[in-house]
Amino acid sequence: MKAAASRHAKASRETRVLDGRSLGAAIASMAKAIKADQKEAASISIVGIQSRGVPLAARLAIALGSSTGKKVDVGSLDITLYRDDLSTVGTRPVLKSTNIPFSIDGRTVILVDDVLFTGRTIRAALDELVDFGRPSRIALAVLIDRGHRELPIQADYVGKAVRTHRGDMVDVRLVEIDGKDEVVLVKR
Amino acid sequence: MTGWTQKHLLGIEPLSVEEITLILDTAVQMREIMERPIKKVPTLRGRTVVNLFMEASTRTRASFEMAERILSADSLSIQAAGSSVSKGESLLDTVKNLEAMTPDVIVVRHSSAGAANFLARCSNSRIVNAGDGAHEHPTQALLDAFTLRQSKGRIAGLKIAIVGDVLHSRVARSNIHLLTKMGADVTLCAPPTLLPQEFSSLATLSWRIDEAIEGADVVMMLRLQQERMTSAFISTMREYHAQYGLTLARLKRAKSDVVVLHPGPMNRGVEIASEVADSKASLILDQVTNGVAVRMAVLYLLLGGGRE
Repeated sequence: MKAAASRHAKASRETRVLDGRSLGAAIASMAKAIKADQKEAASISIVGIQSRGVPLAARLAIALGSSTGKKVDVGSLDITLYRDDLSTVGTRPVLKSTNIPFSIDGRTVILVDDVLFTGRTIRAALDELVDFGRPSRIALAVLIDRGHRELPIQADYVGKAVRTHRGDMVDVRLVEIDGKDEVVLVKR
Repeated sequence: MTGWTQKHLLGIEPLSVEEITLILDTAVQMREIMERPIKKVPTLRGRTVVNLFMEASTRTRASFEMAERILSADSLSIQAAGSSVSKGESLLDTVKNLEAMTPDVIVVRHSSAGAANFLARCSNSRIVNAGDGAHEHPTQALLDAFTLRQSKGRIAGLKIAIVGDVLHSRVARSNIHLLTKMGADVTLCAPPTLLPQEFSSLATLSWRIDEAIEGADVVMMLRLQQERMTSAFISTMREYHAQYGLTLARLKRAKSDVVVLHPGPMNRGVEIASEVADSKASLILDQVTNGVAVRMAVLYLLLGGGRE
């Protein structure tokens, strides 16, 4: 799945990919592109993948809501129980909340995550989402696309594409969870 | 708390507050799955669970089976009646033979205290205790705690009266350990013949129900276990109901927002009046629903860390 954030990055090289201002601009431009594709905003719902996809989804919803004047439904999805590597990870991951308190039948669902890497998280999220209903369309919005896919999955809306090596870490920090907005590439 | 490290779930007594909290927090997320249009997740695909019930059970066995199915585990249930146990096979031989079919978990219910611990020592499977004699019934205490957190938002500081056949009750034993570990103020109430002194260091003991439920946030009723009564513990059912039965009139002594729990099966008109069992204060059916979520959490946590 998603590479765990590196907390022992002292010996490695860090480059800032997005600062607070450019991160905000990236979200705004994704919202603009989503709105352009979707004529009727009323039928859009946004689902963020735990953990950092959740605040990103909330921000996208606010951006979409303010430009359309309509309230957009926002939900959260924890994909742990759908992971394909559960039998190989050490101890069980702590579950976070899945909360989709609205019907997704016949609607466009924008799935939101912070980083698109192997695509395995998104595979799990798609499997889980279709257990909630039958959306007319599911699109994927990610803040960072860092490449190295292991599955045939692509994003529809990308905040920023970043060239990385497979072993690098992309660390997305958001005010809601980490106290500040930035994205850092850690070379190893 | 980094994660679950126990191989078995044998009782509440050996668990830490952190481990209990992890199970309860995990169960909150499992409970959400039960509200979905498709109540199934692929988490335990390809895993096998054997439910070995050597003693009568409806609720607990159905609850484990439901939990296993929602998590996509393959499961099979074996009951004493109709199994080779009725042909004289020992518990150990039964389990050794089941193990030869390589299950990942064995859920065991047995009439002897210590049966689950015994199997944990001499078999290779992960063992979940679904009730062993008058010893422990950990998943029942966990679902009671889950139900209390759901209704009261906390366990610490709650004034809880556990009323009834404490002596024969594994539910009481597991609950006393769980609730006192989590910081509740527990009073046990029963006739002197059914109230063992061993709990006096953990809880207040009382022979009078009116005294025990005075100002209580929670009243947990226990079933009068007539099948385990080998001598005269009580005079008559009617006398027991008059002295220790929970009636609406008695319940008025508790807090106005009191909730009533019962592990089932209920003896209506013995330990609990029908009007209480069916009242708004009763969380008895919530307990049943929550039991599935708690058992899902236990199976999910126990089956972590890959195959052995």
